[in-house]
Amino acid sequence: MSNHTLEPTAPAAPHAACATCPVQAHARLRKLGVDVSGWDYTVALAGNPNTGKSTIFNALTGLRQHTGNWPGKTVTRAEGGFVYQNKRYKLIDLPGTYSLLSTSTDEEVARDFILFGCPNVTIVVADATRLERNLNLVLQILAITDRVVVAVNLIDEARRHGITVDTRGLTRDLGVPVVPMVARRGEGLPELLGFIAEVASGAYQTRPRHLALRNPNLERALDQLIPQVTAAFPGLPNARWVALRLLDGDPSITQAVRDGTLGDLSRGLAPAPIALEVV
Amino acid sequence: MNHQPSAALSTTLDQIPCGTTIRVLSIQSEGVVRRRMFDLGITPGTLIRVEARSPLGDPTAYLVRDTIIALRREQARQISVTLSLEGEPA
Repeated sequence: MSNHTLEPTAPAAPHAACATCPVQAHARLRKLGVDVSGWDYTVALAGNPNTGKSTIFNALTGLRQHTGNWPGKTVTRAEGGFVYQNKRYKLIDLPGTYSLLSTSTDEEVARDFILFGCPNVTIVVADATRLERNLNLVLQILAITDRVVVAVNLIDEARRHGITVDTRGLTRDLGVPVVPMVARRGEGLPELLGFIAEVASGAYQTRPRHLALRNPNLERALDQLIPQVTAAFPGLPNARWVALRLLDGDPSITQAVRDGTLGDLSRGLAPAPIALEVV
Repeated sequence: MNHQPSAALSTTLDQIPCGTTIRVLSIQSEGVVRRRMFDLGITPGTLIRVEARSPLGDPTAYLVRDTIIALRREQARQISVTLSLEGEPA
């Protein structure tokens, strides 16, 4: 039940252009279910609750992770795999969160994975009907990692509400690819796959928007703290972010620095994920 | 837009009757709770409509940026708001 191969026999491409066309490439998506051995890239799926993360997860992996509308549905991270253009991808579905900065277990799972799991790409799924609310998390994730693709899902519902999302403008403003999607119907999936591959390989160079701190005192404090954090935890992927959280008094990061577990996290010793139950 | 009317025109969110839309002036809570308010979209300048109050008056449901959010009275008391705002939908 784990190995779905929904791929039709790929027809011979009549034009050279077809071979590189994303639509053609999408037809060669091979869904690997829970078989995630020997992957080339790790991709994280993040987003607010109820934005369709699990729908995208299922569309890419061929799994049928529970999709339902209640809080904390994806209790911990679920994993699946797929092959695209001869690269194997491991996909991790993170719990839905509004933020990475508060203190719920869901938020810590998502935050720790994006920070310390060092995924090659993080997909942030945003609800097109509530973009204002969703962009908070997008900006928080852009502060942690450069390798982001934003999927603006539920574009059809937004249209019904008379909302048009300027994804090109968003791409420009956020500095990362933004894909309009109707994940339920597979719309936008070929484009999403194309961008995941390009950001993973480095072919697409993102220029993520970072919010300015607008406080010289804070910048000075950071300049003093960052070298200390780096000295205490060599190889930490995002010392600036950790320093900022310490200055903000984040209790879980403070604790992780105090008891040294921050070092374990940065060495990739994050707790093992709970196995995904396939229905 | 000026979000800072004189102090006499402000109150706290827990004092606002159902159906009224007001604008947030400032948030008094600190630390984790303050961060949580920001993450829920409650920031200075945000429009909030009081949607429904539970039978005992606590918690109360608020419409914040197209999402219904329930706050306890002590949380709402930490949010300073304008007294009233005519004709502007949340």
